[in-house]
Amino acid sequence: MRRAARVVCLALAGHVVAAACAPGAWAAQPAASRAAIPGGTFATVLPPAEKVKSATVRGFQMDRRTVSNAEFAKFVSQHPEWRRDRVARIFADDGYLKHWQSAGSPGETLAAQPVTQVSWFAAKAYCEAGGARLPTWYEWEFVAAASATVPDARNDPQWRQAILEWYARPASATLPAAGSTAPNFYGVRDVHGVVWEWVLDLGSMMVSADNREQGDPDDKRFCGTGALTMEQKENYAMLMRIATLSSMQANYTSSTMGFRCVAGSEPMP
Amino acid sequence: MKRLLAALFVLVICGTAAHAAEPAALPSNSLYQLQAALTDQDGRAIGLDVHRGHPVLVTMFYASCPAVCPMLVDTLRATEKQLDPATRADLRVLMISIDPERDTPEALRSLAASRRIDTSRWTLARADSADVRTIAALLNVQYRQLPGGEFNHSTVITLLSPLGVVETSSSKLGTPDPALVAKLGD
Repeated sequence: MRRAARVVCLALAGHVVAAACAPGAWAAQPAASRAAIPGGTFATVLPPAEKVKSATVRGFQMDRRTVSNAEFAKFVSQHPEWRRDRVARIFADDGYLKHWQSAGSPGETLAAQPVTQVSWFAAKAYCEAGGARLPTWYEWEFVAAASATVPDARNDPQWRQAILEWYARPASATLPAAGSTAPNFYGVRDVHGVVWEWVLDLGSMMVSADNREQGDPDDKRFCGTGALTMEQKENYAMLMRIATLSSMQANYTSSTMGFRCVAGSEPMP
Repeated sequence: MKRLLAALFVLVICGTAAHAAEPAALPSNSLYQLQAALTDQDGRAIGLDVHRGHPVLVTMFYASCPAVCPMLVDTLRATEKQLDPATRADLRVLMISIDPERDTPEALRSLAASRRIDTSRWTLARADSADVRTIAALLNVQYRQLPGGEFNHSTVITLLSPLGVVETSSSKLGTPDPALVAKLGD
């Protein structure tokens, strides 16, 4: 019941924002299409520090689905510096939006699909243009722990198996439309089974528990992924996600990496 | 070419209006493509390109750091000492804080004073956390705030060309990186 009330309030707030920003101002997604995520403390696969195995997130609002090509095209039309023919190479590699029909349009078949081939810089700029930001790893992980019925299903072997089956599927040529997978406990879709997603704190995913000793940086980059200190080794899906994220640099693009935005207070460290 | 450089030089001297006046000249891989809002130790609003027109050593740190950051200042100084006077006079240093919460301009100014940093050539700067993340990503600096408020971060010293293109970078601390010194001498 309390949850329902919160969702209603959020929906109302969304209307106010939409009215205030009305013509001209562009929003990534109206706030009403974000799900309210209550904060909480949970056991993370990526311990924040030695001997600290839990992470805390404050309440925030998360996009109910991944950002689509059509939505990203709207952003690009209003921020032409992010067109693939204008973007500074420092912010995106040459795979950036290369699957689009033209520099300004994804084409009809791609319109509803999650946008991929976008760099971290571009994803971050998209969210910020809409007054939002990328989720942190802990925020994403917190939401991703939920099944359709409970907020933390990570100890449910059946649920884990279902997620793993997605990773076992071959990367197909066509992605499902953004928002076409079943909602989880919070009403958030596409968390598993569609694309990898950028996180705000990409640059902290590779830091080892003690990064102060200076050694071979390449060594550190690899050992520092957190893999050595990760918890819940049976949670392969999460470990794969971290491995994928930590192999990405901020200007990289990939046909399997998309994103969504969140709104809410500054993330906890 | 010479005229262009002279023009750039004038722009840099004239300072802040640089953004609007010099389009097109920036290479696509220049870090100065980023429009970041930084504040220096004297509370002045600056951009990442504050030292455009000069070679710059850029690094990220936080002022309350107990161990690595003092060493970072020492390393930058030792690197400068290896240079001939003309090269040194042309070189600039930009240290950007990863701790926007605590590193106010006052905190940066007091660090500059206590370490006797010459702020005519060195700039200590802060930015809000969104810009800090972007700058860190551009410089390949990894950092994470620990639950106690301290940071784990990788220390990277990056040499930027006068137009903001990465020439080389080093994560060597304690003694000057010969590769960095060699590149500066070029």
